[in-house]
Amino acid sequence: MINVDRKTKIVIGIVLAVWGAFTIIPFIWMILSAFKTNAEIVSLEQNVFPEQWTFDNFRILFERLNFDVYFINTVIITALSFIGLFLNAMAGFAFAHYDFKGKEFLFMLVLATMMIPGQVTMIPVYLILNQLSLTNTYLGIVLPTLTSAFGIFLFRQFFSSISEEFFEAARLDGASEFYVFFRVALPLSKPILAVQGILTFIGGWNSFLWPLIIANDQKYYTLSVGLQLLQGQHASNHALQMAGAAFMVIPILIMFIVLQKYILTGFNISGEK
Amino acid sequence: MKSKKAPYLFLAPAIFLLFVFSILPIFLALFISFTDMSLAGLADYSRISFVGIGNYSKILDDQVFITAIKNTLFYVTLGVPLVIVLSMTIAILIKLGENRYFSMMRVVFYSPSITNIVAVALVWTFLFNPSQNIGLLNQLLALVGLGPIGWLTNTDISKISLIILAVWRAIGINMLIFSAALQSIPDSMYEAAQLDGASRWQQIWKITIPQLKFSTFFVVVTTIIGWLQFFEEPFVMTDGGPLNSTISVALFIYRNGFQLNNFGYAAAGSLLLFVAIIIATIVQLRIQKVDTK
Repeated sequence: MINVDRKTKIVIGIVLAVWGAFTIIPFIWMILSAFKTNAEIVSLEQNVFPEQWTFDNFRILFERLNFDVYFINTVIITALSFIGLFLNAMAGFAFAHYDFKGKEFLFMLVLATMMIPGQVTMIPVYLILNQLSLTNTYLGIVLPTLTSAFGIFLFRQFFSSISEEFFEAARLDGASEFYVFFRVALPLSKPILAVQGILTFIGGWNSFLWPLIIANDQKYYTLSVGLQLLQGQHASNHALQMAGAAFMVIPILIMFIVLQKYILTGFNISGEK
Repeated sequence: MKSKKAPYLFLAPAIFLLFVFSILPIFLALFISFTDMSLAGLADYSRISFVGIGNYSKILDDQVFITAIKNTLFYVTLGVPLVIVLSMTIAILIKLGENRYFSMMRVVFYSPSITNIVAVALVWTFLFNPSQNIGLLNQLLALVGLGPIGWLTNTDISKISLIILAVWRAIGINMLIFSAALQSIPDSMYEAAQLDGASRWQQIWKITIPQLKFSTFFVVVTTIIGWLQFFEEPFVMTDGGPLNSTISVALFIYRNGFQLNNFGYAAAGSLLLFVAIIIATIVQLRIQKVDTK
């Protein structure tokens, strides 16, 4: 890389520090405001730190505003979306390790679906799920985004890099194809499973559009839909809104900081051609 | 022996789901766009009738749709260059430092990308609050004697406020794509340039940025597609207002489809958006080809 002397390095470090501070100020302000009372937020006297730290905002969300239900729904949706991870892995394995009729065509078809905008499929998918009586069900919320072309592509890339010999050895011992996949291929794919698992979790936790469209019944709302509702019904209660936002954002931020190594290196896997 | 059936069994569930939820819907959308399907039609299919290209001619006369197109073009022209320049700059600055502190900055800049859009939209709405007591940005401006600015209430500024949030969120992932590409530039290229006495600026302009060509192309295409579908920010923060100043094409489609239940009309809008995305992608592919010649 380009040689950089110490002085320039320090200047770059300072520039990035200032820029980085602006990047995380919204999070810091969100967390601080979540522990203030709304009266303090709207008062003329402004403090950076809460005058008196309070958990009342969180208590109201869970005791009076159904956030307990939304939380459970979000956990269920996130758990269900892991089924998709295995379907993607299976499809990626098939594309990487078998020769079969129509392989090229099917793979192009999978890649082509990446180009289709959500707005085009939104209405027909709603009508399909409505026809199947799957609106207001967990399954209906999860199904449209269960498989992802990008996920299949990443698994294919990864499995292509594993030598065929591993699988042949198992087959010589008389193992079935499913045994080869579950007992040989999957354990070998831990690095990519880790990345995809984390991304699946984030995607499920953050899912917004499909729960919004498919769930009309509050019983099936997820945290993001509930949060959006909060904005309409408690528009002037900023403290309450920030508590709701913090409850959604902080778990993901903590998980990201703990697991950042896997996420950031995962991008290097996908960056290779 | 490899079984002949196995690959099809492995593929079946994923391909089936992609077919039902991605490919089939395109044809359904095309069909619906030629009908007057609405909530009544949903309950009783005999009440759906064909209207030919009626939806298309009506939507192109719809002033709100025209506004949505203009706004979306505004988002694309301002947002795409901002995202690319800023994410590439951060990636290069981090790479120049190359130690633990600089790697940590990667985590900082990536963090907005993984957070929930509704949550951060609420946070930014709060930061953008027009009152000098409540909104942090106006509080800070007041310290230097400026403002207050109606970030989301002034029709001239509202679009820019949404772009600030979207750029803040988009930098992380694109920075990672550039970072990955920077790793693959061979050191020998820089060493040769240093022997020829090239300055740091020259090395960045003549080696680093040209070597990032493929990833830049990738980021340009995906970012344009993303901004053409700009939806959650205006939906959560302004609901398209004030006075439709922030409505995007995607929000227009959602509103007509799911709030007004004009499925046929919304489907027509969505297909026009799809065509725009395909054209934008083809144009990018062409430009890229001309460049490599």
